[in-house]
Order: sequence, then C-alpha cells, then structure tokens
Amino acid sequence: MSVRIRTRMGDGYVTELTPQELRDDLVAGSADAVKRGKVPPLEENEIDWLVDLFTNPSRIMGVEPGHEVILTKDGSVNTLYSAQLSSGVGLPLGREQCFRIFERAFCFDTMEIGHPDYSYKPVKPIVALEATGVEQALLTAVIPVFYGAMPNFGLYAQPDGPFPNPADLLPRGEVEAAREAQMQMAEACKADMLYVSRMMAMVGSDGINFDTTASTGDAEFLAVLETVEELAATTDLAIEVGMAAEFVLGFHGQLEYKGKRLAGMWPHQQVKVVEEAGAHLFGPVVNTNSRKSVPWNVARAVTIVKECSRVATIPIHANVGMGVGGVPMFEVPPADVLTRASAAMVEIGRVDGL
Amino acid sequence: MGTGDPYGMSISHALASGMGGIRTSGDLVARMQLRNKMRLPEAKKYVADKLKVGVEDLGDSTVMRNLRQELDIGVITAVPGARRGIEAKRNIAELLDVEVPCLKRL
Repeated sequence: MSVRIRTRMGDGYVTELTPQELRDDLVAGSADAVKRGKVPPLEENEIDWLVDLFTNPSRIMGVEPGHEVILTKDGSVNTLYSAQLSSGVGLPLGREQCFRIFERAFCFDTMEIGHPDYSYKPVKPIVALEATGVEQALLTAVIPVFYGAMPNFGLYAQPDGPFPNPADLLPRGEVEAAREAQMQMAEACKADMLYVSRMMAMVGSDGINFDTTASTGDAEFLAVLETVEELAATTDLAIEVGMAAEFVLGFHGQLEYKGKRLAGMWPHQQVKVVEEAGAHLFGPVVNTNSRKSVPWNVARAVTIVKECSRVATIPIHANVGMGVGGVPMFEVPPADVLTRASAAMVEIGRVDGL
Repeated sequence: MGTGDPYGMSISHALASGMGGIRTSGDLVARMQLRNKMRLPEAKKYVADKLKVGVEDLGDSTVMRNLRQELDIGVITAVPGARRGIEAKRNIAELLDVEVPCLKRL
C-alpha cells in the first residue's frame, strides 16, 4: 500500500497526498509565488525542510528552541469577548481582563486594545473611552500595549460615508470622479487615524496598529503612509502597519509615495515604503487559496515573505491568521496545519514575529 | 497574527513559535523591536547581554522565571510583593535602557 500523508486543503478540510504529490505541491506553490510576486524561489534544502514538516505525523509542530519570535495580535483581545465577527468566543469579560489573560495565561509578548467595530472612523467619537481602556492596561500590564484598528476606507463612501462611492462611479466610466472621491476619502480617513493615534500617544500607549491596510487599494495605502509619516515625526508611538492582502489594488491607479507607484506593490516592495514612512513593524500578507492544499499555500506564502524579510530593515511580523500566510480560510483553524504554517513562516520565511 | 478562535489561533501560535511573553523574555525583546526597530537577532542579543544570559536562555522559562523575580521585572505567577504593571516597567526601562512611554506620566 502506498504511503499517504494526511494534510488539509486551504478551506481546512482533510486531504491526503502521496510523497510525490506533497513535493509537487510545495514546488508548485513556490513557483506560483515566483511567477506572481517576482521573487526568488525556495532553495532545494528549504523544500526538503517543508517535506519533512508535512511528512512528520505529529499532531502539532513548532520552531527549534531558540528560534522563537515575537507575537503581535491584530484584532486585539476581541477574540475573547466579541462575537463571531472577530472569531470571538463571547466570554463575559471586559477588555482589560482579556488583556491580562493574553499576558498571563496565553503568554503573549505584546497585546492590543481595540474597539469591537475595530475601525478608526467609529472610534473617533468615543476615543476617550478607548484611551481609558489603554490607560487601564498600561497601569496593570507588563507587556507592551498597542491600540489597534482598521483604516476601513469603505466607511467613508456613500451610503456609509459622505463621499461619492468609487465602486458606483467606476462602472459608469466616471474614472476621474472616482479618483477625486478616493482622495477626499483619504483625507478624511487620515484625519481620523491621526486624531485617534494622537490620543493614544498622549496617554502613553506603547504603539499603534494600522490593521488591514490598503483593503480598498492604493488610496487607502497612501492615507496610512502619510499618517505614519506624521506620527513618526511627532509622537513616540511604535507604529505597526499590517496589510490586508498580498498586493496593493490599483483602485485609483496613479498614486505614488515618494516617487514609487503604490498600485501593484508586493510585500517586498510594500515594506520599503512603509520603512520610508517611519514605521517600526511591518505585517505582510499572503492570501490563502482555499482550493489548493495547505502545503501549496505554505510554500507560496513563505516564498513571498522570505524576500520581504530579506530586504527589510525593520522587524517583519507576518500575518498568519485565518485565510492568510498558509493558514486555512476557516474560523476554527486546525492546530495541525496552523502550527506547521507558523513554524514554516519562522524557519523559512525568516520573520521577526507573527 | 490575525483572526481565528483563541485556541486554534492565538494559543496554537504561542506554543508553536512564540517567545512566551513574561513567562520568559518575550516582552523585553518586543520592546527593543518597538522602540529601536531592531530585527529579531539583534533584539535578542541586546536583551541577553543586558540580562547577562545566553541568547538561548531567553526562551527558557526555567531560567527566566527566577531571573525575572531576582530583577523584579514582573513574573508570570502571582507573587505577593513582586513588582507588577507600571512598577515592573520602570525596572525594565532601567535594565534595558529603553524608553517606556507611559513612564513619562509618573
């Protein structure tokens, strides 16, 4: 009987591969990264390492002792007290209690306070409440305290916001109007992010996190970069920029930051403009393809992130949450493949954190 | 990191790859990344030198548990009288010669 290796698909469901199919998937995943991201392929010894990782029958895997990395957590402590929208388990706890649980029970290296809505725009009118939560955590916690939220550009377009919706204008061929609307949205988004961030700096937060940056493309990315630049120059906040997807959509198409076109940037290019803006941590994303195997997805993800880590001068904290970084697109990630994606991102992706 | 239920996502990553926070020295290494933009090897060496331990000891809870209590920089278990919260961070700032923003409020 031929050897079958138990692994999973990108949607989390179990599949089985022969040893040759496993190696073929790893090579193909890396090749896809090379083709799309224009990055170097994995070395043969790295493919061998991944073969061993996925062939090992152990239920969970991990990095070698001494290779451990720093953990940051976007989405904050919401995962404990919030609802399914944050993969939350609905515990009847306050945010500050959840923060202490992450510090003392889960042994996280850093943690974040955030609002359940987790976007800068709705935080603005209740920023005093949010800052109070950060203050409470700062008093009682030893680990660094971040405040985190998403730029969430879509909230600035009609019907949720005041500006014409580019997604309505573009199908009508109103390209210039769509571009103008995005620039207005960018200014409003930037103002909200600066307002909230300055309050967090004032109360003594260790850092601020811009999560799912560029979810609506290059104009959103520009708004974050300009916000980072201003905060880096005027506050002592440590600034983390985590991306929404593996490449920047050209929803505007013509925007540049310091002479570099933002649309179409991949992680190894994104990190250079994020560095230039003055950020302290960068979180690259590689999307999971739910129709491919986890080995295919992990090989693809670490190929892209490895190049990002190689060119970076600031710490890289790769996104390895649901549906990114080789992790299945499923809200209850199976620990067998989750821990393999985790170890591979550290040992092959050469990241400084997750 | 990212979304996913706490057991499947947060705890699984912590066990597979995490430094261990105040159980070991993860918070200290994190502070050097946050304040000085140090990459991981540089941050670990900096902290190890300040603590006068080997880099390999930084993720070892048997080494760090007692050392943290000796340095009074916050320990994982609830020890009466041990510095906690902002008290512990004042000692960390002195030990690592690193800025902790909230201490400016004291």
